[in-house]
Amino acid sequence: MCVGIPAMIVSINNDKAFSAIVDVEGVRREANIALLADPADPLREGDWVLLHVGFAMSKLDEAEAKSTLEFIRALGSVYDEEVDALRGQDSA
Amino acid sequence: MSQFNDFRDPRAASKVLKRITELADGQPHRKFMEICGGHTHSIYRHGLEELLPQNVELVHGPGCPVCVIPMGRIDDAIHIANQPNVTFCCFGDMLRVPGGKSNLLEARARGADIRVVYSPMDVLTIAEREPERDVVFLAVGFETTTPSTAVTVLEAKRRKLSNYFVMSNHIRIIPAIKAILDSKDLDLDGFIGPGHVGTVIGNHPYAFVASDYEKPLVTAGFEPLDILESVMRLLAQKADGRCEVENQYTRAVRDAGNPVAIDVIDKVFTVRPHFEWRGLGSIEHSALMFRDEFAEFDAERRYAVPGVQIADPKACQCGEVLRGAIRPWECKVFGTACTPETPIGTCMVSSEGACAAYYNYGRFNKSPRIPVTAV
Repeated sequence: MCVGIPAMIVSINNDKAFSAIVDVEGVRREANIALLADPADPLREGDWVLLHVGFAMSKLDEAEAKSTLEFIRALGSVYDEEVDALRGQDSA
Repeated sequence: MSQFNDFRDPRAASKVLKRITELADGQPHRKFMEICGGHTHSIYRHGLEELLPQNVELVHGPGCPVCVIPMGRIDDAIHIANQPNVTFCCFGDMLRVPGGKSNLLEARARGADIRVVYSPMDVLTIAEREPERDVVFLAVGFETTTPSTAVTVLEAKRRKLSNYFVMSNHIRIIPAIKAILDSKDLDLDGFIGPGHVGTVIGNHPYAFVASDYEKPLVTAGFEPLDILESVMRLLAQKADGRCEVENQYTRAVRDAGNPVAIDVIDKVFTVRPHFEWRGLGSIEHSALMFRDEFAEFDAERRYAVPGVQIADPKACQCGEVLRGAIRPWECKVFGTACTPETPIGTCMVSSEGACAAYYNYGRFNKSPRIPVTAV
């Protein structure tokens, strides 16, 4: 629960407030982007964010995001739990 | 700004370790506490403690929100889950947290409709999809997860949902650190500050740790090198006689935090006068409850929870582990009566709890460290 996982913005849902589709290791799900709402610097497709319980919490640059993913993957069980949780909701 | 551009470069790690050894050499025994389950997990996973000099010790504080949930709160949660027409939603790691008599997993086996979710947004979706059910979310976590709960409440209000409720167990990092600093058996030389909480609250709320209590604090990222660099910075402060709040995790933590997140928390929640922490007792202002304007979403008001305080089991030493007074394997029941499958204490439940992390990685030196003191 406490582990943030890097996710890439696949698309911004224009018909729903603060909603985007993100990709985490091939798993796609809806994420809430309300906490990164900044009219001066809106999120765009291809941006990387730190995803925490389905919410984008902070922006990451791509290199940072990829190395963090690699690091979380090396954590083993924590990573598996997080991706399983994502996937579980994905198919719900 | 981090002094190392590539925070995973093995050469950088050996440089940091060399500097740590130089800084610790001839110094008294130093004890630094990390207050983040993610740090605890990373420290064990990578065996960082074994890399540090004998006189540098890491203590694993109450940084895992699952680990500090007292048994009475779980009983309250089960009470709500057992109400007619309730669908009770929680994160997966809450299922095995022991209550006074049973846990949520057993309550589910007895027939309660308890569902595991990944995100509070998923709970909102369930509430919308099943309007005939009363859908309750067991909200836990420090400031990292609080804004997401708050957003769902604002969203439920906007969508005029009348069947979405939250049992708030959201806790606050600052009063917890203050309680540790005020404890009589305090024996710490500094703190490794939680990185993801920092993305929300920023770094400035920690200023009092240095100014009022004269302890250094370095907010750190989660990579092994982040943690080692933070230890190095703490040792450097000690060596220089400095006492400051630093930010090592500038990749994600801004000094002012995330103003949008702080604002949504403040809109929905207000400070509780007291909240009970497992092993630490009641801590003033250490948790959040609903503001009156959002009372309609408050599961505790709707279901009048029993709110019974239950003392921790006698055999369990989670409190001493959380305060850093003993190390996990020094607990009387560690790995025998208390295991991740059948936990007695909460530190054994979540993979971010100190005891579970020790148990799972099992690559620790069981002999107590012998302090090396300067002469």
